[in-house]
Amino acid sequence: MTEMKTKAGRRSRASRSRGGSGSAALRKGPSLWYAAPAMILFGIFALIPLVGVVVLSFMNWDGLGAVTWNGLGNWKAMLSDPLTLNGLKLTLILTLACWAVQTPVSILLGVFMAGKQKYRAFLAVFFFLPLLFSSTAVAIAFKNLLDPQFGIGKAFGWKWLEQNFLGDPKTALWVLILVVSWCFVPLHSLLYQGAVRQIPASLYEAARIDGAGTVRQFFSITLPQLKYTFATDSTLMIVGSLTYFDLVYVMTSGGPGNATRIMPLDMYIKGFKSYDMGGASVIGVLILAMGIVISLLLNKLSGADKMESQMEGV
Amino acid sequence: MIRIKGKEYNIIGGALGWIWLLITVVPIYYIVVTSLRESNAVYADNPLSFPEHPTVSAYERVFANDFLMYVKNSVFVTIVTVLVILLVCIPAAYVIVRRTDAGSRRLYKIFISGLAIPMQATIIPVYYLIIQIGLYDTLWALILPSAAFAIPITILILTNFLRDVPQSLFEAMAVDGASEFKTMIQLALPMVKPAVITVAIYDALNVWNGFLFPLILTQSTENRVIPLSLWLFQGQFTVDVPGILAAVVISVLPILAAYIIGRRQMVAGLTAGFGK
Repeated sequence: MTEMKTKAGRRSRASRSRGGSGSAALRKGPSLWYAAPAMILFGIFALIPLVGVVVLSFMNWDGLGAVTWNGLGNWKAMLSDPLTLNGLKLTLILTLACWAVQTPVSILLGVFMAGKQKYRAFLAVFFFLPLLFSSTAVAIAFKNLLDPQFGIGKAFGWKWLEQNFLGDPKTALWVLILVVSWCFVPLHSLLYQGAVRQIPASLYEAARIDGAGTVRQFFSITLPQLKYTFATDSTLMIVGSLTYFDLVYVMTSGGPGNATRIMPLDMYIKGFKSYDMGGASVIGVLILAMGIVISLLLNKLSGADKMESQMEGV
Repeated sequence: MIRIKGKEYNIIGGALGWIWLLITVVPIYYIVVTSLRESNAVYADNPLSFPEHPTVSAYERVFANDFLMYVKNSVFVTIVTVLVILLVCIPAAYVIVRRTDAGSRRLYKIFISGLAIPMQATIIPVYYLIIQIGLYDTLWALILPSAAFAIPITILILTNFLRDVPQSLFEAMAVDGASEFKTMIQLALPMVKPAVITVAIYDALNVWNGFLFPLILTQSTENRVIPLSLWLFQGQFTVDVPGILAAVVISVLPILAAYIIGRRQMVAGLTAGFGK
């Protein structure tokens, strides 16, 4: 933010010093109405629902009939429902584990892809392929791939690989975490690749003169230089993982039992299967609150101003 | 010393690259070879062997299932959504970059906040709204919310690129007496064309692959899009493994074609758009 302000300041100072009639119009810029269509669309389908989910959490609604006031009824019911706590716990595990698996892999791959070697650019072409698949397609593919009867386990003849990983409550969530990582590591490594390429070459030259090897350079230059990208990317990753719905729904539908019934799934099942839209909205509010709290915390931890200015691309 | 260490790193880095290549490619290879297998060979063959008698009959079965209509729906929804996104976001990004007052900064913050908020948590009010507006079970029920949810990332990427347009060019246009609208169309738009292509591809990818909105906002067969049909298909044809995986392959082909054509643009633009 601060950086953006200084840039803005520079800009207006520049136009002021030029003087003349053109600069007055310049400082003002186009009418704010240019943003009206975007604001209306965003307002109706993003901002109003944001308020709406809070309102609906105090209402009774079966999805078809009338919406009626229910006071704190849904909140009491949801907060005493063991499925809510179960969902919360699973969501936290999923979010944390996805972050812990994806971040180191993405950083390493990002550094790898940022290298100038030809073969790295060639491999990168393949690295992005998972991004092209829909979560539904990925979920279906891995469901078959992990099938103990005709899945990949049979290819090697290794007994442990022929387990029914998705059918076992102990392993199902961990399979999901790995599949999520398979899907999203390409995107995050892309962000790190971009960030690595922007580290000034002079830093590495200085380190090389000081006799630092590549490993040393990675830890004392590359990693510290990536910290703002790390903050931005972690936010995107964590907010994203609060809403992994498609993949989990298609792969396990929350099962076996409720072993993978994460919050977004719990919300969907309560709303669209049990027709308790009020209760589902309570879960929605909880997801929103978690997302906002985590974003703010990350912002604080990483130095909010820096991160924002980075997101603003200054 | 330096060289030894450098070499050591390259071995680690290289190994990691090749391992990740395997992790990426093996599942995709499995999907493709299984889709070409005869149904009764699925349980007998080694899952990773190339089928002895490769057949496209699985693909024929998929196309016999109205899949073309779903492809058509997905194409329509994707193209219209991306057009809506660009139509509303380009002027918005332009005004945010060109104006430096508090109002435009607040506007930017509102849009960007969508990146830090798990928007999908609001599907129930979105469902309620779509019913009230009378769009339930139409393709427009997918287009409008998908476009709205894509606004934050689109604005982020477009503004990042627009900020790089030299101020002097805008001043030159103003001196020539060009209107703001003309400046936007004739100066800003051509200069950020790479960013426009990038967000168009990225948003198209997300819309094409979206599952949650189709699941809750449409119902009838005529309005079915590909991800939803994939899911329903695997529910109906549980025993037809090659058929299911053939549908997966078909679902990704159009996107793969776009990737092959626009890879450089997509990758370079995304990197620059997020990471600056």
